[in-house]
Amino acid sequence: MTPENANVFVGKLGDILEKAIGKPLGYAINWGRIWSLWPVHIETACCSVEFGAASSPRYDVERFGIIEAFGSLRQCDLVVVQGTITRKMAPRLRLVYDQMPEPKYVIAMGACAITGGLYFDSYNVLPGIDGIIPVDVYVPGCPPRPETLIQGCLLLQEKIKRMKARKFV
Amino acid sequence: MNEIMPGLALQKVDERIMTLNVGPQHPGSGHMRLIVQIDGDYIVACDPDPGYVHRGEEKMAEYRNYILNIPHLERPVIHDSCNVLYPYVLGVEEILGIEVPERAKYVRVIASELNRCIYIMYWLAIYGIFLGHSTMFMWPAGDRELLIDLMEKMTGARVTHAHFIPGGVRNDLPPNFEDVCLRHVNYFEKRIKEYSAVFYDNPILIARTKDTGVLSRQDAIRLGTTGSVLRASGVDYDLRKKEPYDVYDELDVHTNVMKEGDSYARSKIPWLDMLESCNIIRQALQKMPKSGSVRVKLKPNPKGKGLTSVYKRVESGRGSLGCYVVSDGKPEPYRLKLSVPSFRNLIALPYLLKGEKLGNMPSVYWSLNYWPVEADR
Amino acid sequence: MSSDSEKSVTDTQSEEKSTPAEKPAPKPVAKKPEEKPVELPAFEKGISDKIVEKFGDKVEVAFVKEDRVRINVSRENILDVAEFIRDGLNFDHVESVTGIDFPQDKEIEVVYHIGSYSDSSLARQILVLATRAQREENPIPGHDSTKLPTLRNIFYSVEFHEREIFEMLGVYFDGHPDNRRLLLPEDWADLPPLRKDFVLKGR
Repeated sequence: MTPENANVFVGKLGDILEKAIGKPLGYAINWGRIWSLWPVHIETACCSVEFGAASSPRYDVERFGIIEAFGSLRQCDLVVVQGTITRKMAPRLRLVYDQMPEPKYVIAMGACAITGGLYFDSYNVLPGIDGIIPVDVYVPGCPPRPETLIQGCLLLQEKIKRMKARKFV
Repeated sequence: MNEIMPGLALQKVDERIMTLNVGPQHPGSGHMRLIVQIDGDYIVACDPDPGYVHRGEEKMAEYRNYILNIPHLERPVIHDSCNVLYPYVLGVEEILGIEVPERAKYVRVIASELNRCIYIMYWLAIYGIFLGHSTMFMWPAGDRELLIDLMEKMTGARVTHAHFIPGGVRNDLPPNFEDVCLRHVNYFEKRIKEYSAVFYDNPILIARTKDTGVLSRQDAIRLGTTGSVLRASGVDYDLRKKEPYDVYDELDVHTNVMKEGDSYARSKIPWLDMLESCNIIRQALQKMPKSGSVRVKLKPNPKGKGLTSVYKRVESGRGSLGCYVVSDGKPEPYRLKLSVPSFRNLIALPYLLKGEKLGNMPSVYWSLNYWPVEADR
Repeated sequence: MSSDSEKSVTDTQSEEKSTPAEKPAPKPVAKKPEEKPVELPAFEKGISDKIVEKFGDKVEVAFVKEDRVRINVSRENILDVAEFIRDGLNFDHVESVTGIDFPQDKEIEVVYHIGSYSDSSLARQILVLATRAQREENPIPGHDSTKLPTLRNIFYSVEFHEREIFEMLGVYFDGHPDNRRLLLPEDWADLPPLRKDFVLKGR
C-alpha cells in the first residue's frame, strides 16, 4: 500500500464513518458547541458597555452558555461586533476573524454594526460590517438592551443547532 | 503587510529591546493600541495609538442643527451621556440666549450626578477585570443597574438618555421620583462603602497599585491632566466648585484630593467621588422646587446672532469636559469642538509607563480614567 | 417596597447625616460668583490690560467676558505672547486646541484655551489665544505654507492636540517633535477632514 493509497483509504473510511455515525455525532458536537460559545474580547465602540452589562449579575448571559470575554482569540468561536467599525478598525477586525479557528460565528450588535446607524454620513465609519465578515445574527438597537443581546445569542444557538456539523475532523 | 499596517508585526529593534503591540484586541487595552518597547520586563517607551473609534463627530456636527446634534454627541460616552451633553447644552443656551427654569437646573444636577456614579461603577468593574479581580467586576456591574433603573424611570432610556436639551430637560420627573431616588441612593451608598473592604483594603490590590505610575504634582499640572488624575496628585481642582455651573454654587460640594499620585490614589478618588455624588443628590432633592416648568419652548431651527464663540466646561466623571461652539448665525454650528478629558489624560500615559513593569501596564492605563471612545470622538 | 422598609431606610439616612465621621474635613461653603459689572468684568479686564501693556499693538483683545478673555495675535508673535502668559500671568496648561477653517478669509484659525491650576484666583479663567495660519487651496499637509510655530516647548500639554490639528486641518507645527498621524487611519489620502471643502458624502 503506497502513501497515496493510504490517504484514499483513510478518506474513504472517514466518509463511511460519517455516513454511519455522522448525524448523531454532528448533533452531539453542535449540542456541545452551543453551550460553550466563547466571544473574542474585541471592543469596537460604545456598545461594549451594554455587552459588559449583559455579563453582569442581573442579566448573566453566562447561564445561556456565552462565557464572558476573556482569554485568547485562538480559543474563541464567536465575534460579537460591539458597535461602530471605523476604517482604521476594519482591517484589524478582519485579522481577528481570520485568526480564529473554524467554526466561527458573528453577531453584529447595534445599529452601527448593521448599517452605520447614527454615523451614516461620517467619513470614517463603515456602513455595516457585512462587507468585511459574514454575519450570522443581527441585533438591532442603539445600543441594544442586554435582553436583546441575550435574545440574539439564543437565536444564534438555534441556528447552530440546525447547522450541519460537517467540519468536525 | 507592514506597509499597510505599520507596527502590526512584532519587531525587534535591537538585541535587548523588543516592540510589542498591545491591542486593539487585548483584554488590557480596550479600543486602542499601545506600542510598547520593552527591555526584559521593563517598559522603555510607550506610544499610544488611539483612533480606532474616531467617528468624526465634530464634522458631523457641522451638518446638523443644534437640536439634531444632541443624540450623536452623547454617544462618545454613553454611560456618562448627561455629562457629555452638559457643556454643549450650556454653550448653546448662551449662544441662543435662553434662561433655564430653576427646577430644570436641579433635575440636571441630579441626572448628571447619577450618571457620574453609573460611569464610575462601570469604570470600576473594568478595573476589576484588568487586575483579575472578578468580584470587583460583578459587584459594581450589578449595583450600577440600580441607578440605571432610576435613570430609566427618569428619562426612558437605559444609557443613551438625550435628556438635556437647550432650555432645560426633556421631561419632568415622574411622580414619586424623589422618594424612590432617595431610597436607591441611600442603599447604593451603603453598598459602595462595602467596596473598601473587598477592593481598596485588599493587600493584592495595594501591592499592585501602590507606588506604580507615580505622577508628581508639577508634572500633573505641566501635562494638563484633569479630573481624578489631577486630584490624585494633590491639586485641588473641581469645576463644580471652582467654576460652578447651573446650581452647583448653591450646593455643598466637597473635593476629594490625595497626595500620592500613584495608581492606588487614582483608583480611589473616583470611589470617593461617588460618595460625594450621593451627598449632592440628597441635597439637590431637598432644595429642588417641588413644581414648576422644566423646559423653555424653543423656536424651530434656533439660530445664534453673528459670529460668536462659547467655551463651556463641566466636571464629568473623568474630569473637566469642555465644549467650544462657534456659531456664524446659521442653525448649524460653524465648528464644534469637544475638549475631552480622556484625550487630555492620554498624554500622561507614555510618561507614566516609562520604567514601569509590563505587568503594571493595565493598572496604570486604566487608572487614568480613560475611555477610548471619548478620546477618539 | 413596603412602607416598613421605606421607614427603615429613611432612618439609616438620618443616622448617616447626623454622623458624618467619614468626611475628612468640614465642608467649606461654596463660593458665590462675584458680582461684576455687566460691561467689563474687572478681573478679566486686568488680565487683558497686562497683555496689552506688554505687547501694545501686536495683540488685539477680541472680547472680555466673564471668565473668558480672548486675544488674537499674529503667528510671528505667538511664541512671545504665550511665554508671557505662562511666566507673567501664571497660566500653566492648555485645555484644548481647536482649528477652525475660514475659506473666505483664506486662513485657518488655531485657538488655544489656556487655564491655570496652580493659581487659585485664576481657576475660573480661560484665556483664549487665537492665531491664524495661511490656507492653501490644494493642501499638501506638511509641505506647504500652512505652518505655525509650536507651543509645545512652552505648554507641554499641547503635544497631542497639535498632532490632531495637523491631521484634521493640515496645519504643520514647526518645531513639534512628533508631527505624526494620531486618529485617522494610516492610509488616509483625502483632504484633511475638518476643512470646509471636505464635504461629507450625501450631504
